[in-house]
Amino acid sequence: MSEYNIREMIDKKKGKSGNAAIEKAVPIILLIITLVSVLTTIGILVTLLTETVMFFTRVSPIEFLTSTEWSAFSSDPQWGIFALIMGTLKITAIAIVFAVPVGLGAAIYLSEYASDRIRRLVKPVLEILAGIPTVVYGFFALTFVTPLIRGIWPEVNLFNAISPGLVVGVMIIPMIASLSEDAMSAVPNSMREGALGLGSTRLEMVLKVVLPAAVSGIMASIVLAVSRAIGETMIVSIAAGSTPNGSLNLMESLQTMTGFIVQVASGDATYGTDTYFSLYAVGMTLFVFTLLMNIIAQWFSRKFREEY
Amino acid sequence: MTLAKVKEETDMNTVYDTAVDSRTQEMNSIKQTSNAIFQAKDFNLWYGNNHALQDINLDFNENEISAIIGPSGCGKSTFIKSLNRMVELVPIVRTEGDIVYRDQSIFDKSSTVENLRTKVGMVFQKPNPFPKSIYDNVAYGARVHGIRNKKVLDQVVEKSLKGAAIWEEVKDRLNDNAYGLSGGQQQRICIARALAIEPDVILMDEPTSALDPISTTKVEDLMHELKKDYSIIIVTHNMQQAARISDRTAFFYQGYVVEYDKTNVIFDKPKDQRTEDYVSGRFG
Repeated sequence: MSEYNIREMIDKKKGKSGNAAIEKAVPIILLIITLVSVLTTIGILVTLLTETVMFFTRVSPIEFLTSTEWSAFSSDPQWGIFALIMGTLKITAIAIVFAVPVGLGAAIYLSEYASDRIRRLVKPVLEILAGIPTVVYGFFALTFVTPLIRGIWPEVNLFNAISPGLVVGVMIIPMIASLSEDAMSAVPNSMREGALGLGSTRLEMVLKVVLPAAVSGIMASIVLAVSRAIGETMIVSIAAGSTPNGSLNLMESLQTMTGFIVQVASGDATYGTDTYFSLYAVGMTLFVFTLLMNIIAQWFSRKFREEY
Repeated sequence: MTLAKVKEETDMNTVYDTAVDSRTQEMNSIKQTSNAIFQAKDFNLWYGNNHALQDINLDFNENEISAIIGPSGCGKSTFIKSLNRMVELVPIVRTEGDIVYRDQSIFDKSSTVENLRTKVGMVFQKPNPFPKSIYDNVAYGARVHGIRNKKVLDQVVEKSLKGAAIWEEVKDRLNDNAYGLSGGQQQRICIARALAIEPDVILMDEPTSALDPISTTKVEDLMHELKKDYSIIIVTHNMQQAARISDRTAFFYQGYVVEYDKTNVIFDKPKDQRTEDYVSGRFG
């Protein structure tokens, strides 16, 4: 039997040139890859900014911010972003009011009450729900939920805020449930034992120890969900209509910021017109909204963080 | 470990296993004391098919420190967690026999498990304060049980922290997160948290195993103080600790109680060969 000399083999391998070159090249290649994503983001931002400035040389920013009417395609166009923001807010509010209690309830059940078997069964189903294409949710809203609502309240318009709002809610439930469940499962069991050992009931343990300990993760999941609701496009394009208005009425047709962008981008405006440039102003507003959400989220999780 | 040692241990195990039946009878004949707070009566416990506790018969006395010692896996932690029914958090647990706390079975349907746990407090192996302020940690139990009055809570917190001998160290930082404290301080906060709801018995599951020697001394001194007002049952891996602090000691081995007697008897004149081997450090 021949003996292998390990030491010699290692020395031979170590002596090979080329290893050093690879070691030097790797960080440079990784830097380039990183730069691609950073530069793309910067590029998008710069385009967004310059085109937005272009829009404001044609339309006064004061009108943009103070007018309450948006009619980009009429012979006397109005540019009050408020009407589109109102549309987005109505959809987002309905979605959140519906999805937060349901998503959190599901998370609490899965993390604190469900047996392993049930958890293993339900979690994948939730993840499947998260994988349904939004266009499917869109026609589900228009062809199933809307008729259902109109069956109960016949005065509701075919295009309205309630149906797409609820369906956007359904879309974000898995995100809230799944991420909140992760946050709650990450709370160490020793804390649950501590609470139960002091004679707390299971519910008291959940409400007073587990939820507070997981609050930063739960807030993060809700904020992510809000961002998705604000940015949701397909469902609202299909089921909410295309009539921008600043009213609080949930029964009539409306248009969101994203809905307007789709309408323009899918060919209703020619290059170089006011309407074309308004696309960027609306996009910019949308961007500011999601940025604000992120800042609020960070502030929230820092303020309420319970470190362990 | 040398081969000879391994063999010696294997031999010892065989001897112990065959001696088990006669031992059970010995245990049953131990004299019942009148001021027992906890009595285990033919208590058996299974994790699935694993018979973890077998025919346990033990009486624990009021205002004493009772220690449970034994090698890893002997069932001592399982047993102490049975006393406040925390062991039932493991879904596959099944029990037989009875545990009586102050003349009432802990499994009696007329009383809730929450009720039992407010009277039988517990301090865990690893300090497990909640990620809240020191004040909120100690006030937790009182708040859960409906006490809202700020004055009352202030008093409860101060009294409990003093009771746990940590008031002087934390009185100026009650609103700081308990996780900013050292391990030993955290464990005393957990003791204060248990004291705050004025329990009758305190169960301690290896309370000093995660602590340094100085913190350990502090917690041990504290236990001596607490003995006046509380009955303490402590599981410990550390035989010197059991000898230092306890009045009575039970030696668990492979799910059985091998011997239970006054601590000095267990350590100086044990009746059972296995107890002597364990307390003299020959195995475990």
